[in-house]
Amino acid sequence: MPDKMMLIGGRSNKQGTSLCAGKLGAEYVQLSSTVEMNVNDMARLGLKNDSKVRLRSAGGEVVVRCKGREAKDLPPGLLFIAYGPLSSELMASDTAGSGMPISKNVEVEVEPVAEAAAS
Amino acid sequence: MGSSLRIVNGRVYDPANGLDGAVRDVCVRDGKIVADAPADAKRIDARGMVVMPGGVDIHCHIAGPKVNLARKVQPEDHRRDVHLRTRTTRSGTGGTVPSTFTTGYRYAGLGYTTAMEAAVTPLGARHTLEELHDTPIIDKGFFVLMGNNVLLYRLLQEGRREEFRHALAWWLHATKGYAPKLVNPGGDELWKGERNANITKLDQKIGPFDLTPRKVIAAFIEAANELGLPHPVHIHCNNLGHTGNYETTLETMRIAEGQRTHITHIQFHSYGAVAGKSGDNPTSKASEIVEFVNTHPNISADVGAVMFGRSTSMTADAPLAYMLRRFGGGKWVNADTEMESGCGIVPFTYQDRVYTNALQWAIGLELFLRSEDLWRMVFSTDHPNGGSFMSYPRLIRLLMDCEYRKQEMAKVNQQALDNSGLRDCLAREYSLYEIAIITRAGPARLLGLTEKGHLGVGADADITIYDEDDDKEKMFSTPRYVIKDGELIIEDHEFRADHEGRVLHVAPDYDQSIEQVIQPFFEDFYTIRFANYQVDDRYLHQHQTIPTTRQAVGVSNGG
Amino acid sequence: MGENLKIVTDATCTFCGCVCDDMVLTVDLDHNRIIKSENACILGKAWFKEHAIEERPFAIVKGREASTEEGVEEAAQILANARFPVIYGLSDTTCEAQRVAVAIGDMIGGTVDTTTSVCHGPSGIAFQGVGESTASLGEIKNRADMVVFWGGNPAEAHPRLFTRYAVTPKGMYIPNGKKDRTVVLVDVRRTLSTPVADIFLQVKPRSDFEVLWALRALVKGRKVDTSVEQRTGISLAVLEDLVARMKSCNYGALLFGMGLTMNRGRHFNSGALLALATDLNEFTHWVAKPVRGHGNVTGADNVVSWQTGFPFGVNFSRGYPRFNPGEFTTVDLLSRGDVDAALIIASDPASNFPKAAIEHLKRIPVINLDPKLTHTGQLARVAFTTSTYGINVAGTVYRMDDVPITLRPAFDSPYPSDEQILTAIRNRVRQLLGGNRPGAGTPLATTVS
Repeated sequence: MPDKMMLIGGRSNKQGTSLCAGKLGAEYVQLSSTVEMNVNDMARLGLKNDSKVRLRSAGGEVVVRCKGREAKDLPPGLLFIAYGPLSSELMASDTAGSGMPISKNVEVEVEPVAEAAAS
Repeated sequence: MGSSLRIVNGRVYDPANGLDGAVRDVCVRDGKIVADAPADAKRIDARGMVVMPGGVDIHCHIAGPKVNLARKVQPEDHRRDVHLRTRTTRSGTGGTVPSTFTTGYRYAGLGYTTAMEAAVTPLGARHTLEELHDTPIIDKGFFVLMGNNVLLYRLLQEGRREEFRHALAWWLHATKGYAPKLVNPGGDELWKGERNANITKLDQKIGPFDLTPRKVIAAFIEAANELGLPHPVHIHCNNLGHTGNYETTLETMRIAEGQRTHITHIQFHSYGAVAGKSGDNPTSKASEIVEFVNTHPNISADVGAVMFGRSTSMTADAPLAYMLRRFGGGKWVNADTEMESGCGIVPFTYQDRVYTNALQWAIGLELFLRSEDLWRMVFSTDHPNGGSFMSYPRLIRLLMDCEYRKQEMAKVNQQALDNSGLRDCLAREYSLYEIAIITRAGPARLLGLTEKGHLGVGADADITIYDEDDDKEKMFSTPRYVIKDGELIIEDHEFRADHEGRVLHVAPDYDQSIEQVIQPFFEDFYTIRFANYQVDDRYLHQHQTIPTTRQAVGVSNGG
Repeated sequence: MGENLKIVTDATCTFCGCVCDDMVLTVDLDHNRIIKSENACILGKAWFKEHAIEERPFAIVKGREASTEEGVEEAAQILANARFPVIYGLSDTTCEAQRVAVAIGDMIGGTVDTTTSVCHGPSGIAFQGVGESTASLGEIKNRADMVVFWGGNPAEAHPRLFTRYAVTPKGMYIPNGKKDRTVVLVDVRRTLSTPVADIFLQVKPRSDFEVLWALRALVKGRKVDTSVEQRTGISLAVLEDLVARMKSCNYGALLFGMGLTMNRGRHFNSGALLALATDLNEFTHWVAKPVRGHGNVTGADNVVSWQTGFPFGVNFSRGYPRFNPGEFTTVDLLSRGDVDAALIIASDPASNFPKAAIEHLKRIPVINLDPKLTHTGQLARVAFTTSTYGINVAGTVYRMDDVPITLRPAFDSPYPSDEQILTAIRNRVRQLLGGNRPGAGTPLATTVS
């Protein structure tokens, strides 16, 4: 059974500065394909910094790299990803009549991806 | 422009030139009224029709930050009153706060060709000009909120009257405004700085300042007169809407001591109290107020009549809006502007069965019906505060048609009528000539717009032609022709052309060194740079600088 | 560095909704780039640095390089022939361009929507429901002795919100800056913004509404059960302490981000916060303010509102503006496959919309205006290269608090502005249609030509 976690999309300094350079630039692409995860969750799943992980939501699925955050900064079960094409991929299109798709606290299934099999 | 017109056979009501229904030709060339038109000029046969100058609204809320908030907050009001696009004109929505294009078309559709937005923060001047640029047909200007301006307060409390006057002129210049506006002077500092308190007395200290509303009002009246502004300081008195407030209004008018002063929506400031019980239902003090205005030629006023139905209360008087919120209990908007103003917005419905609303309606009518100098007690509903400008034709009918008025009086709260003086002035009926004074000639004269409100040679060719009709509401709702700057905008009740009206503004002289006083203040307290604060000419588009009495004849600009 | 330098003072950064207008830009005119941007934050510095002139085609039409004029012709044909087009984006351009875009929407009977619908759109909906007590940022600087940031990370998204407007600056009645303010931050995680707070409330994900509603209850003197802690992660004692502080300050400000609007509850969350601010005015002065994102998204709200009466998601197909989020908002229009053409201005939905929406964008003719190549530009049938507002283009931009500011461009661009291209498109479409297209709800008798 894959782990269920909650994903938050958001802005960061680097996401913002690399955005100015261009959304097709290497830095932006790299930044927006990295997910931050609680270090204890990572240890439990056998993940290290830069390990690949598959996120699956009702909207779609993506493979991203992970980066550890201390438990006091990012509680267990919570993930953060900088806005970008991959965070969009996980968004469902239903807006509940509001115009706004949900992009914070999106439920995702988290699954480590074996390096060899992934690329 | 450019085309010529000759309007023949119409009965002309042009009070500024003494014409009371005389059948005269009115000739137009290059956007102006001329003595004679070429033989090949387009002719309009106005037989059976009434010819008047285009209407001039001296006080309304149609553009700028607070108006846009009021628009945004009421989708329900737009939904039921839409305005279709045509091949040439833009669509929009109506309700009590119409979209900009709809505002322009609907004013024109009533025969109005000029309207003054009555309350703009200096910081919101640029926004206001952008909206006015999208408000077609009519000419327009705006009054600049200054009665709670912190820097002006500082200059005043230090007794720097000369610099105060230069700063006032600078602010009009910097905003491209038309006149200084005071709203509940002193109130904002207490509202924002002292936990939503308010000023209640003219001699009350204004928060941390060594000032009172009386001192502020006096200084503005004096400075505006010294500058020779075409329209004097435009005052929304303290205590608006409060029982017993007529004494504040009388006292405010006395501060003027013979100098020109305009008191706006005076209906809202004409309330008495039952035998000293200030918390109780108000009574009418219209006769006391009118008596004062009648006998003081330096004072002018617009009525600010209340009409039953939906309205939107939008005002720089933030404590007032908060008070109204308690009656409605619905949506409330408050918007503070740094160093300059407060603002409150409340959708509101005036109901004929409600005592206070019926009394307000009666007082509005009473003020008109008791007035002896119509040139100084002019028409307004403080749109959309007392009611939409779309209710003007009905208000005109109430003034012109005694039987209709009686019929309407029978429907309203009778106790309120008992406490008004409306039953004492039943006989009076306004004539077309008098309507032309309060809706055109009078407001134009009070605004110092010498080329508006009349049909004499040299006037702007802003002309409205109505079919004569016994039903005055119908007559004033649907002019057959509306001509703006000589261009036929409405013909046979239908829009024929779009038109961009002008921004009317003043540019009084001031000592440029005043900027050295203002700039350091900006750098300490404002969050926008001094250099980015003044509105540049690009925002004016079509415009006209109206000269002060101290300036030579102004330059008319094509934009 | 070239020898031909120019200094532009009091220039404006349009990256985020702070719209700081105190930039001092050093421009290398020989190389058409800004080499120094004093007073800019980290985001602003990147914004100015990265917007030099790039060698790109003026337009790409159906994959081939083309002139602006050819692009305009193709775009006009698409719009004149579309039956249900959407015009979207508009937050990163001037009000002058926004006005023309709405005019096109009106003329062709399309839909006009802005990035507001995926930003603070829910706050706009909440505003329509409950109103708002708000203020210009200078009031917060000069008066606010209590500031609460909710569901946002200004240190990384709006860096100078702290330093120029709401936390550290000294103000008229806040002579000691931050020392005179109580700063509260509410978020589900710690961020670079957290250290600024005197009080940090780490709420459980998806419990903002519950926390806000509990605060409203406490403000009104109602009883709140201690189980609130289990649900929200915040103890009753902490909430009571917060309410006591809120009621006793002189001037409080609630600044909230998309942690509320992009989350479960959406406009209910924003509405709860706006209502809390309103409730607090029974006791002392409180204001609330959505912290807006892109440079001129607030201008887009204002322009669309004054022209139509509604802030976003406006459809003109019946000949007059209709507002209905969920129906006329772009994510919905695209995901449902409703629209048959899209004009996208200064925005990149192909990168940040849900998959179903992007799939539909690939199926329909898309016209895109952007200074940079984006995912949307890549899939567009007509992609224009434009000059950048604030850097090459003059015009008006509204700060997040509705204060309009005039831009002072730094250097010229060979590329046309959004306004110029949109004006050309409008004129050509008007020619093709012979004026405004009659609305579907317009009986012929009432159309006037």
